Amino acid sequence: MTVAVTILPSQQLAALNEAYRKAVARKRLRVTLGAAAFLAALAVASVGAEVNLRTLFGYFGNFVSYFDRILTLESGHRVWTDIGEWLWGWRKWSFYLGETILISYVGTMSGAVLGFALNFLAAENTSPAPWLRIVVKRLMEFCRTVPDIVFALIFVIAFGLGPMAGVLAITIHTIGALGKQFSEIVENIDMKPVEGVRSTGAGWISCMRFAVLPQVAAGFASYTLLRFEINVRGASVMGFVGAGGIGQELVVAIRKFYYSDVSAILLMIILTVFVIDIGTGWIRGRLFGRERRA
Amino acid sequence: MSKLPAPDMDGLYARHPGVFDRPLSARLATPLMLLGAFAIFAYGLVHLGFSPARMLSGLHQLGWITMMMIPPDPGSSLPLYLKALGETLSIALLGTTLAALFALPVSLLAARNIVPSNIFRFPVRRFLDSIRGVDTLIWALVWINVVGLGPFAGVLAIAVSDFGAFGKLFSEAIEGADQKQVEGIRASGGNALHEIRFGLMPQVLPVIAGQVLYFIESNTRSATIIGIVGAGGIGLQLAEQIRVLEWQKVSFLILMILVAVAAIDWISSKLRFAIIGRRAVV
Repeated sequence: MTVAVTILPSQQLAALNEAYRKAVARKRLRVTLGAAAFLAALAVASVGAEVNLRTLFGYFGNFVSYFDRILTLESGHRVWTDIGEWLWGWRKWSFYLGETILISYVGTMSGAVLGFALNFLAAENTSPAPWLRIVVKRLMEFCRTVPDIVFALIFVIAFGLGPMAGVLAITIHTIGALGKQFSEIVENIDMKPVEGVRSTGAGWISCMRFAVLPQVAAGFASYTLLRFEINVRGASVMGFVGAGGIGQELVVAIRKFYYSDVSAILLMIILTVFVIDIGTGWIRGRLFGRERRA
Repeated sequence: MSKLPAPDMDGLYARHPGVFDRPLSARLATPLMLLGAFAIFAYGLVHLGFSPARMLSGLHQLGWITMMMIPPDPGSSLPLYLKALGETLSIALLGTTLAALFALPVSLLAARNIVPSNIFRFPVRRFLDSIRGVDTLIWALVWINVVGLGPFAGVLAIAVSDFGAFGKLFSEAIEGADQKQVEGIRASGGNALHEIRFGLMPQVLPVIAGQVLYFIESNTRSATIIGIVGAGGIGLQLAEQIRVLEWQKVSFLILMILVAVAAIDWISSKLRFAIIGRRAVV
């Protein structure tokens, strides 16, 4: 099958080409201007952050040699040639890692429970009163915008050094983060069951319990597990400010240049995070698998 | 009003045995799980040294601190704080850009449709995972050892920890790209690099730009805290003022951070919509 391609008269073609060129030129101009603005911002930022490209390359050598040093034992051998010597403090470190996991567990649980209690007040479709919704939303925004380690710094002064400050800091942050995610799930539910329950004369709490909760429970559990995973990472640095966990050991090792200890603790942290990731992933799969079957 | 006939319980029971007679294990699963979760929680409270007395005295202290924070007042160090805030924003912008630049080529190696070989892709992915497993603050401490105290260490810390995250996100964006355009380039005689440049990049770049903007936003938050270990920016001032118990300055600094984060949020969401239209990011 042959198709005739109509070629427009040159006058018409010239006008169209002109329009096309103009459109492309406008787009190019906009991209160039955007790139120029971005580069200017970068230049200003590099002055602000005292960046010097020439020294960066010198430093990069330091970075590589730092990793060379943390992978070398005091005897001069590579760390993996003598695992026992490398991981000499594994009992102590495991204890602190366990404490780290416990901090994030307790913090996540209490944060999830409080976030759970607050989120129904913050969701648009279930909130009993508009003013209450705005107050709760602002409160949760505050809780999640201030970084958890800042709360930890303040709590260490109020509650004393130790894991309690870390737990409370993680709790506050989790209330903010989970409260928002929970209320977003609640805003997406089907409202028909709620109307059904309300039509039987049920009060607000019964509506939440029998109409909303069955729809959102799986989503809540999934987000809580994800948050637990994030909080384990967060809890691993709480010790930097004296709020318990493995961070204390790590900061001492880094500051006092116990090179092989740094790599050993980092290895144990990374392994723990892996295990927690895989474990929560497995539990999430189980939960959702069961929901789908039911 | 007529009374409804009594339900035929025997008939219902015969028709739906599964509803009435769930196995004991299924009925006990949820309460047991809750009980287990609560037991670990209680153990944690005891192990971590929680006690009502400590809680009360701590809350008392906290209330006192809050009272001391009002009203927020920078004293005479407002210019210093503004400079520190500028430093923080610079750290976030530079760190994120640096991470994106380095992550783009690596993410190509981690994408299934570019590198089909599993043997080669697997180590790249694990490498990115282990970088992500280490918190930004830890990277900041490491870089302080290498380049000394100051904002430069912060830039590098953010760059390294985002490198891991970007590598993963970019490679997912590349894997989600439409292969038809790549095939089109190949059909017209383009080589592998042409395929990436003209077939993949036009699809992937808007997504990547959206993600980078989102990270600049979230890194403003991270950049505020890496100062706590000495890597420059407003966190350094915040940690210092907390240590010397200047609570009015602390509350002023926290307010500054909140305002700055809200402003960056607003700007970057505007930019994001300008770049990718009203599509959802991530």
